[in-house]
Amino acid sequence: MATRSKRVPALFRPAPRLVRHLLLIVSGLFMLYPLLWMVSSSLKPEDLIFREPGLIPTAVTAENYTQGWDALKHSFGYYLWNSAVITSLAVIGNLIACSLAAYAFARLEFPLKKMWFAIMLGSIMLPHHVTVVPQYIVFAKIDWINTIWPIVAPKFLATDAFFIFLMVQFIRTLPRELDEAAAIDGAGYWRTFVQVILPLCVPALATTGIFTFIWTWNDFFTQNLYLTNSDNLTVPVALRQFMDSGGDSSWGPLFAMSIISLGPIFGFFLAGQKYLVRGMATTGLK
Amino acid sequence: MTLSPAPAGTTEVPVTPPEKAGASHPGRLKGSRGRSQAWAAYLFLAPWFIGLFAITIGPMIASLYLSFTDYSLLSEAHWVGLDNYEKMFTQDDRFMASLQVTTTYVVVSVPLQLAFALGLALVLDKGLRGLSFYRSIFYLPSLLGGSVAISILWRKIFGVDGIVNSFLGLFGYEGHGWVTSPDTALWTLIILHVWTFGAPMVIFLAGLRQIPQSLYEAASVDGAGKWRNFRSITLPLLTPIIFFNLVLEVIKSFQSFTQSFIVSGGNGGPVDSTLFYTLYLYIKGFKNYEMGYAAGMAWVLLLIIAALTGVNFLMSRFWVFYGDEK
Repeated sequence: MATRSKRVPALFRPAPRLVRHLLLIVSGLFMLYPLLWMVSSSLKPEDLIFREPGLIPTAVTAENYTQGWDALKHSFGYYLWNSAVITSLAVIGNLIACSLAAYAFARLEFPLKKMWFAIMLGSIMLPHHVTVVPQYIVFAKIDWINTIWPIVAPKFLATDAFFIFLMVQFIRTLPRELDEAAAIDGAGYWRTFVQVILPLCVPALATTGIFTFIWTWNDFFTQNLYLTNSDNLTVPVALRQFMDSGGDSSWGPLFAMSIISLGPIFGFFLAGQKYLVRGMATTGLK
Repeated sequence: MTLSPAPAGTTEVPVTPPEKAGASHPGRLKGSRGRSQAWAAYLFLAPWFIGLFAITIGPMIASLYLSFTDYSLLSEAHWVGLDNYEKMFTQDDRFMASLQVTTTYVVVSVPLQLAFALGLALVLDKGLRGLSFYRSIFYLPSLLGGSVAISILWRKIFGVDGIVNSFLGLFGYEGHGWVTSPDTALWTLIILHVWTFGAPMVIFLAGLRQIPQSLYEAASVDGAGKWRNFRSITLPLLTPIIFFNLVLEVIKSFQSFTQSFIVSGGNGGPVDSTLFYTLYLYIKGFKNYEMGYAAGMAWVLLLIIAALTGVNFLMSRFWVFYGDEK
């Protein structure tokens, strides 16, 4: 807020403002340098990558991209598609299951509500590793290894409790009069949820969608565990195989595919920045 | 709360007197209404309940049982009592190494990360042009940090022919294989973790917004300087947020996996210097198929995290200031 700065003369006077900008720009560049270097390296001919620490390539080529795209059994587009399917389903699952649960916790009364809510909160902190061994055994027994279901099915069962919590926090800020008015108009809980609460939850739903997308897209542990067949690899697992098989000779193509793998995250980040930041901030504060 | 205020249109909702509403809806009588509401709630919660029991609690119990067996997926499980746990702490050097590596990682990188997060949040907090631009730049790495792509990049940046050495070469420093030397490999991962300070920074920024400006105004009347303001107002009022970030980051960083897996090529090397706890658990369970042992390790991890969180909460009594809440 613009007026705020004027009202706090003692904390930061305008004088060091230029210094602060300079400091921020330098440290911002420092933060982004590795990323920029990878972008620039992905455009350089192989032999230049490690001879030039600078960002501006003296020669530009798209060869790394064309080479990397076809370096594995399938084209990289194939793995992008696999990742896209898994992440889309994960997003849909989280949106449906978590919003349902959040509505119940935020608005409805039921026996043992406090206890269930505490369990839900506790499950946010539970390390995934405590359940992964038996889960793997069960998924292996029902032949789900090398299918997308071990990754997608839990999302439809609201196992990412973090997002339930986020939406509960959000729904609590909506006025109760809305629900009451809907009830007076004869709407049941389902209609109140779908027609009144959900449309107002768009910011929380967007946050959930974007975070789910980014986290699932990035997730390596589960995907590496369950997707081992070369036909259903996702982007992170494919990148890793690429690194193993390519060895030290193909850093250019590897960087090129790494850049492509970060593309969707970057896109979602730009599109949903406002929600991401707000979502972080909201759950950070009770 | 930084959420948007009540949506427009709220005030236009016609308010009906409660008696009338009750009369036109016999179902809203206290008892039966409560019961139908409970039914509705359990229906809304049904997916979560199924998930809780099938994906979380059931497997937890199973993993506790497995941790007392020598299950290998290929043969029947045999009850071995506390053997797995005993082996971890008395015979398994790699287990102890992974515990030590992870502890060092958490103890060094979390405070550093939070210090950077707080420092930049303070610089970014008050009336600065381009705030959201800077915030985005600092936040971006925390979204990318856990990805395979960035871990690959890190492995190369800190390699013998990486850019870190190119830079140090400018000052006449001879190249060093940062990721291939056991003395320094873990530090490259710590730097990677500190690099992702954006997420806690955003939470700090939100916390700073909640500090009433009137306090600073009152302080400036009393002639307090910057440092005094920070010491006496900002820091105490921010302690709940610092605490929240601390608990969250400790839990999260104890479970780090991808970075150590990719940077070390999947084996935690060199000489186990980057063998994170979860990586060793993965190797035991899903490479060697010692699933009982891995389940035991998972329970030790749970106990460590629970104990640390508990200690954090106990300690918080001495330094976290809850202002008007008490």
